[in-house]
Amino acid sequence: MKNKKKLSPVIQFALTVLLIALVYVIIQLMMNAKIINRYYSGILISICINVILVVSLNITTGFLGQLTLGHAGFMAIGAYVAAFLTKEVFSIAGPIDFILATLIAGGVAMVFGVIICLPTLRLKGDYLAIITLACGEVIKNILLNLDITGGASGYIGIPRYTNFAFAYIFAIITVYATYALIKSRFGRVVMAVRDNEIAAESSGVNINRVKMLAFVFAAFFAGVAGSLYAHYIGILEPKIFDFDKSIEILVMVVLGGMGSIKGSVIAAVVLTVLPEMLRGADNLRMLIYALSLIIIMLFKYSPTLSSFINRFRRKEKVS
Amino acid sequence: MSILNQFIMQIFNGINIGSIYALIALGYTMVYGIAKLINFAHGDIIMVGAYVCYFMIKTFNLPVYVAILISIVTCIILGITIERVAYKPLRSASRITLLITAIGMSYLLQSSFQLMFTSNPRPYPAIIDLPALKLGNLTISSNYYITFVVSVILMVLLNVFIQKTKTGKAMRAVSEDQGAAMLMGIDINKTISITFAIGSGLAAIAGILYCASYPVVSPYIGSLPGIKAFIAAVLGGIGSIPGAVLGAFILGMIETFTKAYISSQLSDAIVFIVLILMLVFKPQGILGKNVKEKV
Repeated sequence: MKNKKKLSPVIQFALTVLLIALVYVIIQLMMNAKIINRYYSGILISICINVILVVSLNITTGFLGQLTLGHAGFMAIGAYVAAFLTKEVFSIAGPIDFILATLIAGGVAMVFGVIICLPTLRLKGDYLAIITLACGEVIKNILLNLDITGGASGYIGIPRYTNFAFAYIFAIITVYATYALIKSRFGRVVMAVRDNEIAAESSGVNINRVKMLAFVFAAFFAGVAGSLYAHYIGILEPKIFDFDKSIEILVMVVLGGMGSIKGSVIAAVVLTVLPEMLRGADNLRMLIYALSLIIIMLFKYSPTLSSFINRFRRKEKVS
Repeated sequence: MSILNQFIMQIFNGINIGSIYALIALGYTMVYGIAKLINFAHGDIIMVGAYVCYFMIKTFNLPVYVAILISIVTCIILGITIERVAYKPLRSASRITLLITAIGMSYLLQSSFQLMFTSNPRPYPAIIDLPALKLGNLTISSNYYITFVVSVILMVLLNVFIQKTKTGKAMRAVSEDQGAAMLMGIDINKTISITFAIGSGLAAIAGILYCASYPVVSPYIGSLPGIKAFIAAVLGGIGSIPGAVLGAFILGMIETFTKAYISSQLSDAIVFIVLILMLVFKPQGILGKNVKEKV
């Protein structure tokens, strides 16, 4: 019994690793056999990038309980920094340049995370949403007006290093790091801050430090996602990283469930594949997003509606 | 002389856009004061107001005054409906759920109007058809003085309404302490509905005036003025009505002067930076009260 208890996490871990590797090998083999063409592998890369974005936004919105509306801004910073580094600065070898640039991009996004987070620490509630919204717009506006980024016409000629392997590995790392963070002592502190800030503070939690760390952690991965995106698409335009993009990521977080990593991954996959399949109904996309936001919020958090749903659920729970 | 003329013209520009922001910011600040909610959909109610007025004039050939009246009534009904359907059930839920619902509402209005009327901007008909005012060698177009006069009248009326009438008193009481107001026999639901109605009505007028000054209407016209009016409300101290008006005029001035003398493209960025600086140094706003956090 004791032995089994000790082994099971190890076996679980090994199984998970095996499964992750298996998925990778299968997809890679299918790519080599040309069963998955360029179009589909593009979708796979987009899925990985979205997984990184959604999981990282879930840290601040789901686990920390702070609404951030500027995730696309961090992504933009990561994208432009990494693109600039691989295009102009580094010239060691393609993949090494790319990995280095991606990490630095994440780091720069982190620094911006600190800068944006510092003034908001003193503020309560809704102001963080507004400040992050404002910062996202400021970043977009500045990118539009800088000569070095090519302004509105875009930053072109970025080497296309991102392939499925890179995107997949970075996505796995993000999910694992987030999972490890949430399961750690720090993760419990983060959720304590979400559930009751004052109670957490009186239990000796340094709220500002927790908020800052969670925020910076999310910013880092948004920067990484930006780098992957830049080296996948090859051309960057500031208008990609607008408020709509932040909302799109937020919709994925909310659909998957705030505070659920599994849900985030599933939502990222589904909401990347669905719009691709329903290309014809593209103008319906925003409408459906908006409706699903409202409906999910109403059914999950409204006392009258959720008790109405629970009436149907109760039978299952009892039996 | 021409430099001076230009400078004075810029002041008029600032007052013009400032009065429109003020009308929108009043709705934001009243709703925030009472429902403690940043109503993201408020900006899109502007757009709805502008569209309704457009179709009343273009399609049904109604006189301008009737069209404006219909558009105000439509927006009032829309505002109350949004509150009843989307915000009221979530009143006891956490702030983040309300915010997400409000964002969803904003996108719902935008995308449904885009589906109905396409995203192509339409030229807006001339609403205000009055002679321009001549001051020395300055010509002030009728849009400018009408916008200013209408907003000032509405602001004064609103202030009288809130200070003197019983309903206004009830609104102030609810924003002060919802529980205590309820114990005093104030109908909270009714008061919140009235607040949304007034805010939406003002938004409709703001939308029409905005489209009279920038004569084009599209499903997205509401979002930027909406965000800027919100910034104005924060600048003046959110929840405070004189603060919203003051903040709106300051913001209008900042915006026109950066557009004219610094950079027209960076003016949005500068407005946002003003907001960030304000929140860093004086988060309660110019006229806002410093609220102590209680356990």
